[in-house]
Amino acid sequence: MSQTAAHTEHFDATASKLGMWLFIFTELLLFGGLFIVYSVFRFNHQSAFHLAAQELDVVLGATNTALLLVSSMTIAMSVSAVQYGHKKFTLFLVSLTILIGLVFLVNKYFEWSLKIQHGLYPGSEVLHGLGNGDTLFFGLYFFMTGLHALHIIVGVSILGWVLARVAHGHIHATHFVHLENGALYWHLVDVIWIFLFPLFYLIT
Amino acid sequence: MDNHTSHIVPYKTYVVILLALLTFTALSILITSYDLGPLAVTAALLFATLKTTLVLLYFMHLKFEQRLFGIMVAVVLVVFIIVMVITFLDYSFR
Repeated sequence: MSQTAAHTEHFDATASKLGMWLFIFTELLLFGGLFIVYSVFRFNHQSAFHLAAQELDVVLGATNTALLLVSSMTIAMSVSAVQYGHKKFTLFLVSLTILIGLVFLVNKYFEWSLKIQHGLYPGSEVLHGLGNGDTLFFGLYFFMTGLHALHIIVGVSILGWVLARVAHGHIHATHFVHLENGALYWHLVDVIWIFLFPLFYLIT
Repeated sequence: MDNHTSHIVPYKTYVVILLALLTFTALSILITSYDLGPLAVTAALLFATLKTTLVLLYFMHLKFEQRLFGIMVAVVLVVFIIVMVITFLDYSFR
């Protein structure tokens, strides 16, 4: 009893948010580095990249882009909702964000399946026959969209944890930085895709 | 002291930003039907940058946070741009 009486919760929401931002910077530099790799290889294989990009399905890519943008809105809205004290709406918005993330992954599965069926995957004979430019393009495509998909999976997991915390009342109107941080991570995943989409799908 | 932001962003703001983002996405796709040549990549990246700025400022709340956060983001972006420029200075003259 005396332990809990003497113990004061030291909690700094701004510091917590700062921590998440610092992590986001490392992620930006990670994907930023990959974009630089992409840029150099594209610079050296202009026409091969231009042609290889035509293999990608713009409709599927655009759908995924729209989905992530909507999910960014829903998770941003959830931060307002929790502050308003609209618990049910908060739960709905976080759940919807998670659902959209899962739909994105399903689309990604279909996209990759199509490529793999056509023999376009790292290390395949078909790709080897096409030449260096195509090998580089598809190597980068699978690696970068794969790494991004991994981040979506992590994001969905984090938001799942956040959803449980909101449901149990641990995240509420006066204590919601963990929802904010989860939302920040999700926005990062969205920003990465905002750049991935044009670089792979729209440079035809 | 918990979250200091007493200003709650209205739902409507987020909806408006989403509509802007979707519009820019549509435009970036439409623009590919015009042959811009070497400007195509620039145009694509410009739209992406514009969309990212909106996400950073509104969805990620930078517009309403303490200035420190915005400064940090700007510094990191500058560092990244410098690395990119130097890499290209290297490759362009090989």
